[in-house]
Amino acid sequence: MSEIRSELKYASSHEWARLEEDGTVTVGISDHAQDALGDVVYVETPEVGQVLSAGEEAGVVESVKAASDIYSPISGEVIAVNEELADAPETVNSSPYDDGWFFRIKPSDESELDKLLDADAYKAESEED
Amino acid sequence: MGNKTALYDTHVAMGGKMVDFGGWDMPLHYGSQLEEHHKVRKDAGMFDVSHMTVVDVDGAGARDYLRTLVANDVAKLDGNPGKALYTGMLNENGGVVDDLIVYLRDPGYRVVVNCATREKDLAWMNAQASNFDVTLTERPHLAMVAIQGPQAIDKVKQVLGIDWTAAIDGLKVFSSVARGDWFVARTGYTGEDGLEIMLNNEDAPGFWQALADVGVAPCGLGARDTLRLEAGMNLYGHEMDDDTSPLEANMAWTIAWEPAERKFIGREALEQEKAAGVANKLVGLVLEDRGVLRAGQQVVVDGAESRGIITSGTFSPTLGYSIAMARVPVSVGDTAQVEIRNKLVPVRVVKPSFVRNGKSLV
Repeated sequence: MSEIRSELKYASSHEWARLEEDGTVTVGISDHAQDALGDVVYVETPEVGQVLSAGEEAGVVESVKAASDIYSPISGEVIAVNEELADAPETVNSSPYDDGWFFRIKPSDESELDKLLDADAYKAESEED
Repeated sequence: MGNKTALYDTHVAMGGKMVDFGGWDMPLHYGSQLEEHHKVRKDAGMFDVSHMTVVDVDGAGARDYLRTLVANDVAKLDGNPGKALYTGMLNENGGVVDDLIVYLRDPGYRVVVNCATREKDLAWMNAQASNFDVTLTERPHLAMVAIQGPQAIDKVKQVLGIDWTAAIDGLKVFSSVARGDWFVARTGYTGEDGLEIMLNNEDAPGFWQALADVGVAPCGLGARDTLRLEAGMNLYGHEMDDDTSPLEANMAWTIAWEPAERKFIGREALEQEKAAGVANKLVGLVLEDRGVLRAGQQVVVDGAESRGIITSGTFSPTLGYSIAMARVPVSVGDTAQVEIRNKLVPVRVVKPSFVRNGKSLV
């Protein structure tokens, strides 16, 4: 069984979002998503300063077997990206919720987080896949 | 639920992630496709390939039948029981119905075709058989295990013991030896040395377990695909199909033009194609920058009006960057560009063979 963390919010497209204490939101892909993709070999993150809308394409994650688009779960400006993933894309597999984060965003409307799935709803949805 | 091989329960017990493949429930990987890939390049891995279709071709007309049915010439096997031949089986238009291996048995022949094309192949083979004194017998009671890698043959010898040592030591590349229902061939689909072994379904789980016990890693279809692609080996439905000529699929070497009087199916169409000039060829592509080449992406060749297409693409675990096979206009030079997500990315054009016996060829 893949891990679903109760403190995170999730998008149907398998990204997770975590509201940090400073009001920024960190984004990555779920354990379920990394497991379905298999060995990740390449990650394309958005650029710092890029302004994204909720649901907008924000990058790509490629495994040995497939490419999958990453969508921003929330609107705002990208303030940091995980540079480590360029040299160690496999971190997405080994630590999807911690070291394998993709980017951090300064949300323009924090209430968008409420529109995302909570852990139970995401669990129910990902089990249907 | 799909068809299950004799090893299905074993795969599940060993943690195989099962997926549908041509109507069969097969393991994609047992945890990490990358680790399985490296194991085959550096040590030994094993694949369940029991889903492949084994057909024995017997009867006084078997040789003449196969000399008509396939583009390579089984006369090359004469006098060498056990020897194997890779070939395409073509339609009248020169397209590839399937690619297959023919083994000379004593007496008769054994043919191994792809599982995804089984029904089409059997219908075609039966239709062509009507003019010959030949019987075609499918062998569904046989399982098949491919053991591949630099240590593969030694590990099989450990498992099979002294009775088989001399027979396996005497096996040349692309040849086989049979004993009862056991059929051991020095063939494979990885670019490494190794064996493909057919045996009765009921013997397969014990044999698989014994191989695992001497350190042969169970490997899934995922690693099988990255290994064959690195080795530059064609996959039916990707590099060739019913509408693709072997001349455009890097299979010209499998066509036996001599003797000229042998009228194999598809010969006329290929001769016309050759006379008119072949438009495309299969090449290898290398992307040393970041990104992954994938099947279906378009290839832009300088000076050519039409675009090429990637037939298979992947990240190469051995090389650490992406490689692909592509069908492109014959005018292609040393470089080309691939369209990835609306961006043109420069790639190097090489022969479609990237890794052999653990070593890079590019």
